[in-house]
Amino acid sequence: MAVKYLIRENAYHDSVTLMIITREAKKIEGVNEVIVGMGTELNKELAGNLNLLTPELGKITPNDFFISLDSVYDNIAKKAFALVDELLSKKKVESEDYQPSTFESALKYMPDANLVLISLPGKYAAREVKKALLNDKHVMLFSDNVTLEEEIELKKLAKQRGLLMMGPDCGTAIINHVALAFANVIRKGPIGVVGASGTGIQEVTVMIDKLGSGISQAIGTGGRDLKAEVAGIMMIEGIKALQYDPLTEVIVLISKPPDKEVARKVLSILKEGTKPSVVYFIGGDPNMIKEYGSIPGLSLEDTAHKAVAITKGVTIEDFTGFTVTEIDKIIQGEANRLNEKQRYIRGLYTGGTLCDEAMIILSALVGDIYSNIPLKPEGKLSDINKSYRHSLIDLGDDEFTRGKPHPMIDPYVRQERILSEVKDREVAIILMDFVLGFGSHPDPVGTMIPYIQKARESAAQGGRYICMISSVCGTKTDPQGLIGQEKRLKEEGVIVMPSNAQAVRLAAEIVLFKEE
Amino acid sequence: MTKINKLFKQELKIINMGLESFNENLKKQNIKTVHVDWKPPARGNEKMISLLDKLK
Repeated sequence: MAVKYLIRENAYHDSVTLMIITREAKKIEGVNEVIVGMGTELNKELAGNLNLLTPELGKITPNDFFISLDSVYDNIAKKAFALVDELLSKKKVESEDYQPSTFESALKYMPDANLVLISLPGKYAAREVKKALLNDKHVMLFSDNVTLEEEIELKKLAKQRGLLMMGPDCGTAIINHVALAFANVIRKGPIGVVGASGTGIQEVTVMIDKLGSGISQAIGTGGRDLKAEVAGIMMIEGIKALQYDPLTEVIVLISKPPDKEVARKVLSILKEGTKPSVVYFIGGDPNMIKEYGSIPGLSLEDTAHKAVAITKGVTIEDFTGFTVTEIDKIIQGEANRLNEKQRYIRGLYTGGTLCDEAMIILSALVGDIYSNIPLKPEGKLSDINKSYRHSLIDLGDDEFTRGKPHPMIDPYVRQERILSEVKDREVAIILMDFVLGFGSHPDPVGTMIPYIQKARESAAQGGRYICMISSVCGTKTDPQGLIGQEKRLKEEGVIVMPSNAQAVRLAAEIVLFKEE
Repeated sequence: MTKINKLFKQELKIINMGLESFNENLKKQNIKTVHVDWKPPARGNEKMISLLDKLK
């Protein structure tokens, strides 16, 4: 070990920028380990785990910047420090605009600002949110690690002042057709969405767009809004706003199963209004939804189908099938290419709610599913890095993203994972999501293609074919472009399905056909 | 009309605090933004932060 480090006091950079720069610095030949970050307790702990923590680094504060690396060569360390500086200065050149250093000075510069988007480290976020709300600004709070008590206090304050407080941990919103944080480019249309799940909102709004319709607004609430403690404060305010909004004809709600009392409250607010509604409580009981006169969605795709059907005035039917022609041929063809021992599905997900949805659909069709975020406690993988039987992994969960960027920003964690999955002789199918839109990696498919090829070669060396199925959550007008991304997957022999639900169903059908 | 419904009729003007990439994405959508060059207050010293908050 030869640790070389650099400290710069009072030089703050955001965590995502630094995590991406860390990855670039790690690529330098001769650098064994490296961490580039701010002197937070977490980063010091991560540096300690990599044996990169020196006594001097132990003393720095969260607004001191540091680089620490292990390399026996002095010139390699210099090269790495220079690269980090170059990447950071490139960032500065890109942002030539005036950047005030506090919320107060930003407000003086833009007094008519109407929304504040906050993605600061969680423990500092609440005080900035409070300032924004007290200045009558709507808030989207992307940060996590905000306490439940803070969330309740901030949402009550927002409600009292008639403001939006989307979050904490709100990954997706589309307000006035502006994509905030992680969101897609969706057509304008008559469907208003309120969701407590980021990729849930993304998949539903994308499907609405694919079906030729569009949205009025997509309001995010953060994942805890429908817990008993928070009592659905923001979902209720969101519903009321959509009920009053002349451009919204149908209201769509998306959430993980809420607290029962909160569900009743939310559904009764919908019932009081005059607008029809489709509600998808992911994995929840559809009967309660029906009791209150709303239409239950059966998947994210089915939710979109039903909302669009209402706006078109056509019959509302459950959609649990396929829109791809000759699906039986695909099922038989793929099943026949697998050998006798290959029988398991491995889902490698970047979108948390897409993984949840996949587990619900798959468990109903093929039985027990194992995961790092299981539906039932007995489905928990004992080692998250090692799949077992049918496993669906949420690679964006905290256990994978500690000190590292989320796989929707940088999918490297999946690159390694696909290679280890195909070494398992019992693996038949690799299932993957690709999430496009603002916020996501500029070319999520491109980052995976070399690894898809390597995975195929590795299986072929063992005399096996691997069936790969994907769905791309994106639209033609997203920055990455749906058509190009899908085309490149197809060129690699990856089956591309129009939705996550259909991709999962296809995987199940192939496995079931083989068992017959 | 509530403030949320008023917002639905306005042009969005956004103060961004945190990830610069979010600000860049807003600019790509031709949204007027101001990015705050934020640093942890009181050098990240939590006791000091709460004292500062009480002073205000």
